[in-house]
Amino acid sequence: MNAVTSTPAAAAVRSRRRLGDRFGDLALHGLTAAATLAAFALLGGIAWKIFDLAHPAISRFGLGFVTHQGWDAIHNKFGALDLIWGTALTSFLALLIAAPVSIAIGLYLSELAPRGIRLVIATLVELLAAIPSVVLGLWGILVLGPFVGKHVEPWLHAHLGFIPLFDSSAENSGILIAVLVLTIMVVPICSSICRELFTNVPTELEEGALALGATRWEMVRGVVLPYTRTGVSAALILGLGRAVGEAIAVTMVIGAGYGIHWSLFRTGDTLASKIAAQYQGAASNIQLASLVYLAAILLVISLLVNIAAQVIVRRFSHQRLAGS
Amino acid sequence: MAADAGRYTLTLSRRTKRRKAVNLLMQGIATLAALSAVAVLALVIASVAERGAGALSWDFFTKTAATFGESGGGVANALVGSLVLVALATAMALPVGVLIAIYVSEFAKPRIADASKLVLDVLNGLPSIIIGVFVYGLLVVGSGQAAWKGSFALAIIMLPLVARSTQEVLALVPATLREGALALGASRWRTVLGVVLPTSLGGILTGTVLAVARAAGETAPLLFVTSIAANTVTWDPRQPVLSIPVDIFALSESPDPADHARAWALALVLISFILVASLTARAALVRYRSRLER
Repeated sequence: MNAVTSTPAAAAVRSRRRLGDRFGDLALHGLTAAATLAAFALLGGIAWKIFDLAHPAISRFGLGFVTHQGWDAIHNKFGALDLIWGTALTSFLALLIAAPVSIAIGLYLSELAPRGIRLVIATLVELLAAIPSVVLGLWGILVLGPFVGKHVEPWLHAHLGFIPLFDSSAENSGILIAVLVLTIMVVPICSSICRELFTNVPTELEEGALALGATRWEMVRGVVLPYTRTGVSAALILGLGRAVGEAIAVTMVIGAGYGIHWSLFRTGDTLASKIAAQYQGAASNIQLASLVYLAAILLVISLLVNIAAQVIVRRFSHQRLAGS
Repeated sequence: MAADAGRYTLTLSRRTKRRKAVNLLMQGIATLAALSAVAVLALVIASVAERGAGALSWDFFTKTAATFGESGGGVANALVGSLVLVALATAMALPVGVLIAIYVSEFAKPRIADASKLVLDVLNGLPSIIIGVFVYGLLVVGSGQAAWKGSFALAIIMLPLVARSTQEVLALVPATLREGALALGASRWRTVLGVVLPTSLGGILTGTVLAVARAAGETAPLLFVTSIAANTVTWDPRQPVLSIPVDIFALSESPDPADHARAWALALVLISFILVASLTARAALVRYRSRLER
C-alpha cells in the first residue's frame, strides 16, 4: 500500500487529470479527423459542383459535346473538339521537349554537378517553378513572342516549311509560344522529381557498373535509367497534368484561335485558356454551362492523370522499400 | 612482332574512343540542359527587372490607377488587395492544414494516412482555373464578388501545400522525443501540442511561407471571384478587390504601352517578393532539417 494513493484527495486529483487527458485526446483526435474529412469533402465538393454547374450543357449536348467541332455563341452551338485538340497538341509537344531536358537536368544534378554548386543549381531550377504563370505569360507575349516571331519562325518556315507543323507564316502569338511557355513550366517540376529518383539509386549498383568498366553514360543507361523507369514516367505524367491545366499563361500567348490544324505558328485555344478567356464575358447561360462542361472535361483528365501518377509513384517507392 | 606489339599497346582502341566520345557528348548535353534552365530563369528575371524598374516610383505604390485619359497613377489598390487576399487565405488554410497534418502523422492508421496524402496530392494537382470556377459557382453566383471569396479560393490552393509540408516536418520529429513525453506520463494531446508541434514550428512556418509565395502569384482562381477593375484602396474583405496577378493579366491585354510598363513594374514587385520569400524559406528549411536530423 502506497502512501500517495491512499489519500483520497490525491486520487481525486489523479482521476480528474485522467478525465481531462481522455477528453483532450478525444478532442484533438476528433478535431484533426474532422479537418481531414473536410479535405476529402472539398475534393468531392469541387467535382460535384463542377458537374452540377455544367448540367444544363451536359443534358443539352450530351457526350456529343466532346466530338463536336466549333464554338458558336450566336447560335448557341458548342463543342469541345477544337479545344481538346489544342490542349493535346500543346501539352504533348511541351512534354516532348521537356522530357529529355528534365531527365538531362536530373542526371546533371545527381551524377555530374560538382558538390559545391549542386544545391545552387538545383535551387535555381526549382525557382523557375516559383515564377507565377501570369509573369511568364507577360514575358511570353511581350518578349519571347516577338523574338520567336521575328527570328525563329521565319527560319523554321524557310528550312522546314514542308513539315505541316511549320507551314504558315510567322506570328507573335500562337501555339509555338504556348508550347515554349508550357515547357518552361513543366521542366522544373519533372526535373526535380527526376533528380530525387536518380539520387536514390543504390550506390552499390552504380559503382558495380563503373567497376565493370562502364563509362558514366553507360552506367546511366544500364543502371540508373532502367532502375528509375517507372518513377520517371510518373514524373512526366505529372508534368503533363500541369501542362494540360495551365490557363493564364496559355490564354495570354496562344491568341484565341479556332480550328483543328497542325500549324504551330497559327493561333489556337485550349480547354483551360477558353475558360479563362470567356467565363466572365459569357453571353448566355448555356454558354456559361458549356464553359463549365469544358472545366468538367479538364477535371476528369486531371483526376485521371494525377491519380495514375501518384499510384505509380507510391507503388514504386513501396517496391523499392520492400526490395532493400 | 608487329602483331604482338599491337595486342599489348596502351593506346585506346577505336571502340573505346567511341565510348568515351559518347560519354563526353552526353555529359555535355546534360550540362547544357541544366545551364539552359538557369539561363531561362536569368532571362525572365532580367527582362522583368529591366522593363519594370523604370515605372517604379513613390506614386506607383501609393496612388490608384489614373482615370481614363490621364497619365500617371499607381497600383496601391492591387497591392493592398493582394495583401488582404493572401493574409485571409493564410488564416483559413494554416490551421486546417496543420490539423490535417497532425491527424495524418499522429492519429491515422497507415491506410487512412495514405489515402489522405493521395487526396491532398490530387487536390494540389487540380488546375487552378477549376478552383476558380468552383468558388465562383459556390459563392459568387447570385451574391457578387468579395475579397474573402477570393481568399477562400486561394486557401484551397494553399491547403494541400501547408498540410503536406507540415506532415513531412512532423514525420521528422524524432520518435524518441514522443516516447520520452509519453513515458513521463503525458497524454497524447499534451505530447502533440507541447512537444511535437513546438519542435516542428520552424518547419511549419517555412512551409507556410512557400505556400504564401505560391498563392500570391495565382491568377486563375481569382479571375472570376474578385474584381478585375476595383479602383479603390480597401482593407474590407467584404468588398471586391483587385490583386497584383489579376492586374498584370488585365494590363497585359491593353493596347496601351503605358499599361504594359505598369504590368512589368507589378511583375517586378511580385517576383521580387516571391523569390525572396522562397529563397529565405528554402534556406531556413535546409538549416532546420539538418538540425532535426542531427
